[in-house]
Amino acid sequence: MNSMQRTLTALSHREPDRVPLFLLTTEQGARETGCSIREYYARAENVIEGQTRLLKKYRSDCLYGFYYAAIETEAWGAETLFSEDAPPLCGAPVIQRHEDIDRIEAPDIAGAAGLQRVLASIRGLKERVGDAVPIIGVAISPFSLPVMQMGFDRYLDLIYEDPARFQRLMAVNLEFSVAWANAQLAAGATAICYFDPVSSPTTIPPALYRKTGQDVARRALARIQGPSATHMASGRALAILDDLIATGTAAVGVSALEDLAALKAAAAGRISLLGNLNGIEMRRWTPEQAEQQVRRAIAKAARGGGFLLSDNHGEIPLAVPEDVLLAIVEARERWGRYPLDWMEDWEDVP
Amino acid sequence: MNPLTQPFQDALENLDRVTVEAVFQEGLTRQSPIAAVEEVVVPALERMGEGWSAGRLALSQIYMAGRLCEELVERVLPPSDPDRKHQPRSAIVVLSDYHMLGKRIVYSVLRASGFELFDYGRMDVEELVARVREDRVRVLLISVLMLPSALKVREVCRRLRASGPPVKVAVGGAPFLFDDQLWREVEADAMGRRAADAIALLEGWMGELS
Repeated sequence: MNSMQRTLTALSHREPDRVPLFLLTTEQGARETGCSIREYYARAENVIEGQTRLLKKYRSDCLYGFYYAAIETEAWGAETLFSEDAPPLCGAPVIQRHEDIDRIEAPDIAGAAGLQRVLASIRGLKERVGDAVPIIGVAISPFSLPVMQMGFDRYLDLIYEDPARFQRLMAVNLEFSVAWANAQLAAGATAICYFDPVSSPTTIPPALYRKTGQDVARRALARIQGPSATHMASGRALAILDDLIATGTAAVGVSALEDLAALKAAAAGRISLLGNLNGIEMRRWTPEQAEQQVRRAIAKAARGGGFLLSDNHGEIPLAVPEDVLLAIVEARERWGRYPLDWMEDWEDVP
Repeated sequence: MNPLTQPFQDALENLDRVTVEAVFQEGLTRQSPIAAVEEVVVPALERMGEGWSAGRLALSQIYMAGRLCEELVERVLPPSDPDRKHQPRSAIVVLSDYHMLGKRIVYSVLRASGFELFDYGRMDVEELVARVREDRVRVLLISVLMLPSALKVREVCRRLRASGPPVKVAVGGAPFLFDDQLWREVEADAMGRRAADAIALLEGWMGELS
């Protein structure tokens, strides 16, 4: 099986040849190509080359078209702040006061230089791998984008205290997010990772999610012209799993804070799980610890397919050493082959 | 436990402002403002923090509760009130990254508990160390969201240790929740899992540093 076949089989809740591994690397491509982070993201060709080298090095089952979250807010006029050792960050919010929402309009994807570079990267990756390897594009949900657009605290104030402006912002953001997701699919992305951490019960109560983030997700995902995985970016998901399924998403990115076995039982073949290796703790794993974590995740969630091994945040920190990533890859090779007979005699050691 | 704590907590969790106000006012008829804060507000916020850690409550509930309590307490214990706790001299800051929510929550919870502290907003290492020395701060609370920012805490701690009176450093934020060894690795003195942990830390250090 190639990576695409492996992934599609798993997402169909059938067992492929081995557990798909989605090692979601980003700035690591800068290291591979000898660029600074800023230089790396300045040219689509760098990201094409970086992702290609990472694919060869780690034998992951996907290519990641994601640059950094703030590339979306650049389209809205925000500045991005670059440093040498961290992901690029969004600068000052573009929405300074609630009243700014009355005049805001969705920017045109065609006029956003950063987004156009992402599309060029996706096209270039598609030329290199064809249909053999899934290419994952990322779109931040209309419901989570305001964290960067206006700051998290002011956004929560908006949700709770200014419902009319909240709805207006969602309508505007919906147009942008759908257009952005569909542009990536048209460029060659296989699926969209719909980043929606604000929807997580870690961030807002489930009852509020059902009135806000879920409604937005239903509307967005109905218009996105390809499959999606909803990612909670380290946030919990179990309490809203049924609600996530109702949005039509095919998979959910799940947190190291929750038990994979409980998530698998609750998923009951209705949604696939993506996760949940702890990307922060990973930095200090020995190869033996990495292997144990991989075995544990596979034991808890891989039976019957419906599981893609990945980190729990949707992006592996640059600080994670290469030998830990290679240990994860080797562990998947050793323990991730179906039918996973080793599980019959295996006992987890905490 | 004060009989008003549970109804106060329940009303906070439901963002029922009317009931929150009513219960707090009831508390003020029974005891002094500072006692109402210490026996009703603080335990309610601490228990809500435990609820968040356990996954029962959401961050937005903690944020809105902290904001509401800060407003309530400010009315009866303004900054100039002698019952306000100005010691130890404390400051809170977001180091390096730009995610302010965690700091905002901790700041609200501490002020709602009667503490006064500097809010440094967002700073990088050099500016932060200089400002701590200039303000004669003895307790520094550092909030981060990103792992690279968490790793910079070590530089802050080493530079503060290199000269000047001792400064206690407590850290909090997502990287520390996902790696419970990280706070030791970056040489902080403590970490908080919940906003309300800062209350116990400041109270503990108040005695040690006085």
